[in-house]
Amino acid sequence: MTDVAPSPAAARRGGSAFWRRFARNRAAVVGLAILGVVVLVAALAPFLYPQDPFTIAGRPLTPPLQGGFLLGSDTLGRDIASGMAHGARTSLMIGLVATAVAVVVGAVMGGVAGFYGGWVDDALMRLTEVFQTIPSFIFAILLVAILSPSILNVIIAIAVVSWPPLARLVRGEFISLRNREFVQANVLMGMSDWRIILVQILPNCLSPIIVAGSLLVATAILIESALAFLGLGDPNVMSWGFQVGAGRSVLRRAWWICTFPGLAIMLTVLAINLVGEGMNDALNPRLRERSA
Amino acid sequence: MSGPILDIRGLSISLPGGADRAHAVSRLDLELHPGEITCVVGESGSGKSLTARAVMGLLPPQVHATEGTIMFEGRDLLALPPEERRLLRGDRMAMIFQEPMTALNPLMTVGRQIEEVLLVHTDLDAVARRDRILALLDEVQLPDPRRVVSAFPHELSGGQRQRAMIAMSLILDPKILVADEPTTALDVTTQAQILRLIRQLQDRHQAGVMFITHDFGVVAEIADHIAVMQHGLLVESGPAAQILGDPQAEYTRSLIAAVPSLTPRAARAGGGRRMLEVSGLGKIYRSGGGLFSKPAETHAARDVSFSLARGETLGIVGESGSGKTTVARCLVRLLKPDSGRIDLDGIDIAGLGKRALRPHRRRVQMVFQDPFASLNPRRRVREILAEGPITQGKPPEEAHARSAELLELVGLEARVADRFPHEFSGGQRQRIGLARALALEPEVLVADEPVSALDVSVQAQVLELMDDIRVRLGLSVVFITHDLRVAAQVCDRIAVMQRGLIVEQGLTADVFADPQHPYTRELFASIPGRDWTPPETARAAVAR
Repeated sequence: MTDVAPSPAAARRGGSAFWRRFARNRAAVVGLAILGVVVLVAALAPFLYPQDPFTIAGRPLTPPLQGGFLLGSDTLGRDIASGMAHGARTSLMIGLVATAVAVVVGAVMGGVAGFYGGWVDDALMRLTEVFQTIPSFIFAILLVAILSPSILNVIIAIAVVSWPPLARLVRGEFISLRNREFVQANVLMGMSDWRIILVQILPNCLSPIIVAGSLLVATAILIESALAFLGLGDPNVMSWGFQVGAGRSVLRRAWWICTFPGLAIMLTVLAINLVGEGMNDALNPRLRERSA
Repeated sequence: MSGPILDIRGLSISLPGGADRAHAVSRLDLELHPGEITCVVGESGSGKSLTARAVMGLLPPQVHATEGTIMFEGRDLLALPPEERRLLRGDRMAMIFQEPMTALNPLMTVGRQIEEVLLVHTDLDAVARRDRILALLDEVQLPDPRRVVSAFPHELSGGQRQRAMIAMSLILDPKILVADEPTTALDVTTQAQILRLIRQLQDRHQAGVMFITHDFGVVAEIADHIAVMQHGLLVESGPAAQILGDPQAEYTRSLIAAVPSLTPRAARAGGGRRMLEVSGLGKIYRSGGGLFSKPAETHAARDVSFSLARGETLGIVGESGSGKTTVARCLVRLLKPDSGRIDLDGIDIAGLGKRALRPHRRRVQMVFQDPFASLNPRRRVREILAEGPITQGKPPEEAHARSAELLELVGLEARVADRFPHEFSGGQRQRIGLARALALEPEVLVADEPVSALDVSVQAQVLELMDDIRVRLGLSVVFITHDLRVAAQVCDRIAVMQRGLIVEQGLTADVFADPQHPYTRELFASIPGRDWTPPETARAAVAR
């Protein structure tokens, strides 16, 4: 053979190369650190604050660092720090589950539409457009209001308003991949369509799905907080949005009730966005070179 | 004869860290003489394009000329400040690119783009500029220059766009013209016209032309001087007659020997069983058309009929848009033909539905053109080779064991089975693609331009392998190609297609010796370097 192959070592470096490219984006590393703290607090919440965050722990409206409250207490004397630790669990759980549902629905819709094209594509895309034309937050409020506020219904509402952009993304990837020669070779093998979609094409568009999905988590947390702020969250589950909502009437007398959960929302969403950006750089290295 | 107009001495071009070698070009010496065409020949990765770009000052970022001089009109181009080099470009030196569609701005008319050169470098007024452009478009033999001036690039054909590019590069009578594979993207008949045009214009304008190419046929057609490059080094250079007739370097000999000869192979004894009988095959593409308007119809294939015996190779030859790929896709039933029969050993597969077709899929397999798109980048070679048989119901262990045998059959080691496609070169990938098709034990193999994306030396190896396998497995092959040289070496019979019709078919030797249809004759007349017979010394080098 006169033609030379690239070294086989290139593939084995795959994992570490991902981290090297990810770490080149400093902001993404900072985001990952913040996210790590949030996850840690959420994981340790039952040990740090074994009591139910809704129990009254002391005098109402205690400022931070007084009366044994790290971050103060709210209008009913509930511990804000405890609420935030338990709220982190809620936010992350809803963000991840709602995103997972949205990604699965979006990938299936987009994949089927992109693979088959024709009237299937037309029908599914018109359906997607129906969802996209309704302002997503108002739609989510409507869904929760109709379905009654519970954690499951909040997740459903967020997933329902989040999948259309993913479906469009996956559809685009499928359209460009489905005419590749390797897919045609699979057709010639007599491979079934669903196998081609799931085993052959889908793994090739995982990178953009992961990036879009990571950003969706941030949006899902925001929607959840906003719903809880409006009193549409699950009344039996502590969440950051609920805390901000509960403190808004005493905002001028007790700034700490809204401020700390609000900061937590902001930092978490920011961190997830930074991490998503970093993943984009790491998974689509060619895009980065083009802009550099 | 005067001295060289461009004198490259000891040029080294460094590559960014992490590349497979430190220098794209090392200590290259090259001269360009006025009124002569110097061909720089080499395979991909030889550094020929970067040399051209270094002359023009168009090196990509992170790639730098580190050593040497490029002397032009008494000045070293590499030492000139960027502003002075800019003034030289377009005026004293010009470039023609490979892909005329991307080299022209799609949002500007052709006339306006040519005019820009004049606006930058001259103070001519609008009328003078327009006259000059029209005269030049006429000189490059574009039909109806007035229409072309106000046309957008997409309104012209590939050949016309390349003519417009040439007009743009010649408008200020440059001393040096650098052409980087200017005919590679064109059809063979268009290529012949463009080559003739470059030759004429270069004669008239007395420019020194640096012509980058990988195709020895093109070299034989137009070169005065030849420089052969490999891995960034100059292997050999000299007058065209000497290099083509009596190459000294081993590498040049092997390159020339790898050029397929135009003398057709002897047809093998036919008369085997009919494997495939195609009759009246038609396919129409409809595009556009709404509720009230009739869609535009294109007849991609019309009444195509041929037959293929067991162990025979049929070549389908034609230019782009001739319908040869459509026919290939109908044969493997990636497309459903609109009319006609495809009789595969007694069963008509033309009209079968998806489910009915599945058991017959295995029997007709395809080898694809693009070695980079034809393998799933996320699957290991082992999986790529085994998934076909598994889909057809073979036990997985058996299929995996078989994939090792297949790799050896196509000349790869069995231990590469655990690698991913990106770890292989183009030629190796094409071997894997072939192994994947063979894994299903097909009776008919449809190969759609299987070697056109490969370097000439790799091309020869892959063709040899395909022929060997065809003999060993008794395969019938339909070989789609635009390259008549390849067709002459591979095919027992050929069918020539033009605009969806087979205009001529017969034994390869007969068609080559005495083409009947005018289009076939035109095709043969357009083969670059058809009068050049590679010397015996080169053949001997390969035989060793």
